[in-house]
Amino acid sequence: MSLISVQNLSVAYGANLVLRNVALTLEPGEIVTIVGPNGSGKTSLLRAIIGATSPSRGMIALKPGLRIGYVPQRLHIDQTLPITVERFMRLTDNVPGATCRTVLEAAGVPDLLGRQMSQLSGGQFQRVMLARALINQPDVLLLDEVTRGLDQPGVAAFYQRIKAMRRDTGCAVLMISHELHVVMSASDRVICLNGHVCCEGTPAVVTSAPEYRALFGTGTSGALALYRHNHDHEHDPPHRTKATG
Amino acid sequence: MLDDFMTRATLAGIGVAFAAAPLGCFVVWRRMAYFGDATAHAAILGVAMSLAMETSIFAGAMATALLMALTVTRLAGRNYAMDTILGVWAHSALAFGLVAVSFLSGVRLDLMAYLFGDILAVSWSDLLVIWVGAALVLALMAWRWPALLTSTLSEELAYASGLNPRREHLILTVSLAITVAVAIKVVGVLLIAAMLIIPAAAARAPARTPEAMAVIAAVIGGISAVAGLQSAYLLDTPAGPSIVCVAAVICAVMTPAKLAGSKD
Repeated sequence: MSLISVQNLSVAYGANLVLRNVALTLEPGEIVTIVGPNGSGKTSLLRAIIGATSPSRGMIALKPGLRIGYVPQRLHIDQTLPITVERFMRLTDNVPGATCRTVLEAAGVPDLLGRQMSQLSGGQFQRVMLARALINQPDVLLLDEVTRGLDQPGVAAFYQRIKAMRRDTGCAVLMISHELHVVMSASDRVICLNGHVCCEGTPAVVTSAPEYRALFGTGTSGALALYRHNHDHEHDPPHRTKATG
Repeated sequence: MLDDFMTRATLAGIGVAFAAAPLGCFVVWRRMAYFGDATAHAAILGVAMSLAMETSIFAGAMATALLMALTVTRLAGRNYAMDTILGVWAHSALAFGLVAVSFLSGVRLDLMAYLFGDILAVSWSDLLVIWVGAALVLALMAWRWPALLTSTLSEELAYASGLNPRREHLILTVSLAITVAVAIKVVGVLLIAAMLIIPAAAARAPARTPEAMAVIAAVIGGISAVAGLQSAYLLDTPAGPSIVCVAAVICAVMTPAKLAGSKD
């Protein structure tokens, strides 16, 4: 069965309907990218999938016993909370120290075990977050706008790591991104969300076209791809449906 | 026996310090300091009602503290910010409590004991209640520790791991109410928040992990209770405030200037 199956999902905050009739499935080993502008309900969809937001209508079915590795967009650790990288790695799963070391080595940050989380740089922090999400061999990795704030080579390097991870472990990936046109080339499907599913398709891999080469530079090794939106409808401004009364 | 009341007082102080230490860490990490304060202030209304109805002070204080914490949590974020709601509800409860006590005859002296604590009057049965309450709080903290810590770091991370952060918040709220109830005799409602926050704040600088911070806070709280009581005995000062003074001095000494001051 599908790892995640979302049917007819609507989410409302008070009278504000942020998602309506959204359908989505994620199969084992699949990489699905959800793109959409700010306020399009991407984060609400992710929150609904992990159970942090209750749907007002519709159904979300997770495969029984599904292990989720979750990487939030950012994580504010209060200055008053002392926590080493090693302790953070063991936050939800009590894994042995040797495993922590191996996983951090694989993430390219082998020397951070004893460091305080609050002292990490942005890049180190994100590697640690990804390593923690992967430590218990999840069936699916949920990435919440994790490339926000990275420059293009940084994004490309991150996508390369995700691609390699999927190849090595077969873990499915569901990621949301605010970047509408440039997506991870390894995405099996791209879903454009704007309150509802606007369009769905595969990314156009553009490694060979010289003009895109010029646009992306040569350092991205084909990790980025363009997504051509194919909308068959127009949005009336203002877009969001308001409940009457 | 001359030393008997000091023994009971010391044991009572240590019991409260131990329960307050891990809970105090969460109060500091989650920025609930004012929440703890408000919950404690509300307890005086419970004390007044218990005195009027001649029921257990512990039960009355715990019930109002719990009710206050749950009400404030429910109302938060609707129309007013949390601190406004806390200010309205907690101070109203304190004021109603003080007025209610004035209707009761012959308890004027007792009131001071509940505002500032009366640790030297702790009986063996009080001590039993304090230690049972403290053990309950410690057991809750130990049982839920990983879940509480994950929920504190990130609500989403907790949900993704199959935890329910709202339930964990409720556990903290219940623990807070129990701690307030057992700490009234020791430091009084006005200084309970100090017993929660000051040892935890003092433990921040030397700690490298959350667990270490909780243990160090417990040790600092215990030392404060013992040293505070001894100095109160020697200098003839009020016992509850003396315990808090010792904790404050330890905190000041242990906090490096760079942590206490501005960030840069």
